[in-house]
Amino acid sequence: MAEVLVYVDHVDGAVRKPTLELLTLARRIGEPVAVALGSGAEATAATLAEHGAVKVLTADAAEFADYLVVPKVDALQAAYEAVSPAAVLVPSSAEGKEIAARLAVRIGSGIITDAIDLEAGDEGPVATQSVFAAAFTTKSRVSKGTPVITVKPNSAPVEAAPAAGAVEALTVSFSEQATGTKVVARTPRESTGRPELTEAAIVVSGGRGVGSAESFSVIEALADSLGAAVGASRAAVDAGWYPHSSQVGQTGKSVSPQLYIASGISGAIQHRAGMQTSKTIVAINKDAEAPIFDMVDYGVVGDLFEVVPQLTEEIKARKG
Amino acid sequence: MSLRIVVCVKYVPDATGDRHFADDLTVDRDDVDGLLSELDEYAVEQALQIAEEADDAEITVLTVGPEDAKDALRKALSMGADKAVHVEDDDLHGTDVMGTSLVLAKAVEKTGYDLVICGMASTDGAMGVLPALLAERLGVPQVTLLSEVSVEGGPEGTVKGRRDGDAATEQLEASLPAVVSVTDQSGEARYPSFKGIMAAKKKPVESLDLEDLEIEAEEVGLEGAWTAVESATERPARTAGTIVKDEGEGGKQLAEFLAGQKFI
Ligand SMILES: Cc1cc2nc3c(=O)[nH]c(=O)nc-3n(C[C@H](O)[C@H](O)[C@H](O)COP(=O)(O)OP(=O)(O)OC[C@H]3O[C@@H](n4cnc5c(N)ncnc54)[C@H](O)[C@@H]3O)c2cc1C
Ligand SMILES: Nc1ncnc2c1ncn2[C@@H]1O[C@H](COP(=O)(O)O)[C@@H](O)[C@H]1O
Repeated sequence: MAEVLVYVDHVDGAVRKPTLELLTLARRIGEPVAVALGSGAEATAATLAEHGAVKVLTADAAEFADYLVVPKVDALQAAYEAVSPAAVLVPSSAEGKEIAARLAVRIGSGIITDAIDLEAGDEGPVATQSVFAAAFTTKSRVSKGTPVITVKPNSAPVEAAPAAGAVEALTVSFSEQATGTKVVARTPRESTGRPELTEAAIVVSGGRGVGSAESFSVIEALADSLGAAVGASRAAVDAGWYPHSSQVGQTGKSVSPQLYIASGISGAIQHRAGMQTSKTIVAINKDAEAPIFDMVDYGVVGDLFEVVPQLTEEIKARKG
Repeated sequence: MSLRIVVCVKYVPDATGDRHFADDLTVDRDDVDGLLSELDEYAVEQALQIAEEADDAEITVLTVGPEDAKDALRKALSMGADKAVHVEDDDLHGTDVMGTSLVLAKAVEKTGYDLVICGMASTDGAMGVLPALLAERLGVPQVTLLSEVSVEGGPEGTVKGRRDGDAATEQLEASLPAVVSVTDQSGEARYPSFKGIMAAKKKPVESLDLEDLEIEAEEVGLEGAWTAVESATERPARTAGTIVKDEGEGGKQLAEFLAGQKFI
């Protein structure tokens, strides 16, 4: 069976969930060969094997952390040349997309970004995408070269599928461009203790209606009662009430959870672009005319400071 | 020597309009009003600020797009850019990101540059990969997704910036020439002044076609595209949900709904 390269997103050896979803998709079109780079690369192997990786190619070098993007492109290209895969799958993070794009130019391939599903087709893998703020769903394929496809989080279930997952060291010779952009300092983002926004099954978001940074505690309390991630509209982020890393929408994160709860958010097109593919959508807004109500499964017209705390209490009571 | 800045700007269908696909499954650019992509206004703004800081700088705005794309160039010129380059050719219809990056790379080289500034993503395609592709093709450093950017030392100098990534905030540095992209966190874009709008009318707009850039028609356009769209389906409107007015029990009613959906 043809091999499919899967680029691994991990933090010091802890594999992030979107990569496991990629393994599920990769198994639909071939045998997954994982590529893990940087510190902790080898530690990813056990998890990757459990989810279907037949092989795990690893490389570690100071360059991966010290310079932006290009060293990883060099390594992925080395893996591509070693394996001659039928397709290359990369998680759709900002960095993942850049790595994938540069690889695609180098190997003379077309690229599809932000796929939300992938299936085998007669002429190669067919990717589903959601475009124009999720108003349309398209199906596309790469028509030149080896398909390079980046896939959004929550696009496939994580499945156990034990495979060999043998670790093999990848030899990488860095290109002249590799050291072009130096990372002179790096401050890891502080953990909120809540699920990752893009990976969470439930997202609870607040907008301008929340009114202040302090009042976001109302949103957080609801999120915590559900084990959810917290999101924010750009209006709330621009006002400085919540960090930009939590922004949902066109220029923030794009989320696709089982449940999305919007409080005090009007539902502008740029916000919808980041959450419209959520399975179930719920909104609380005091304006019955707010566009968000056009897309909800359940909406409450009311003051969020009345409705949200009552909801939180009720959830706590039901959960006991 | 003057610092040569090229800003890549895209003319896009208005996101608040009824965007859809044409029969050949390309983005319909006729029925919806177009404008300078809002995310590229941030790129123009940062170019203007870098130019204001530099001793001597010249800003060229560059677009690849149909006749109407001139509107985007005019807007950027009225914000304060010095001149414009418009790559326009019938054979470009349907070009995908691989082709667009090829055309932009050739046009940037022809124009001459020390610094290329892009937006973080186009508001229609929203791939956000073009700046990386451009850097790869030009063989210069990519310093992308910056929420803060500055240039020191003129055309031979360095570009520095802050990238707020998924896992960390990074301070980046590269020598010029380089390709930069800036996010909508980099600072609000200025409005064109009346004087700016008047001045823009007299600023030069150079037109280039594929021949000028020594690109073959087969390398671009719908035929030359590296990807093929097989179908585009309008997402069925979400079925109208239940909307209740809070009369004091709204939170409880919502909890009931969530419990029914097995979320609680
Ligand atoms: C290029 C570009 C990119 C953008 N990217 C994004 C993006 O990524 N994400 C994003 O979110 N936006 C984005 N925007 C901004 C977007 O257009 C909207 O301005 C923004 O989403 C509005 O946020 P909001 O809904 O919180 O605020 P508003 O539109 O002001 O809505 C606030 C809502 O809260 C309700 N409300 C007020 N008080 C209460 C209360 N006590 N109880 C209940 N309801 C209450 C009001 O009725 C109102 O509907 C972008 C815009 C542009 C131009
Ligand atoms: N046709 C185009 N002409 C000029 N610049 C473009 C064009 N398409 C994309 N760009 C630039 O590339 C950035 C990212 O675009 P994209 O990768 O298409 O999301 C945009 O913000 C622009 O700066």
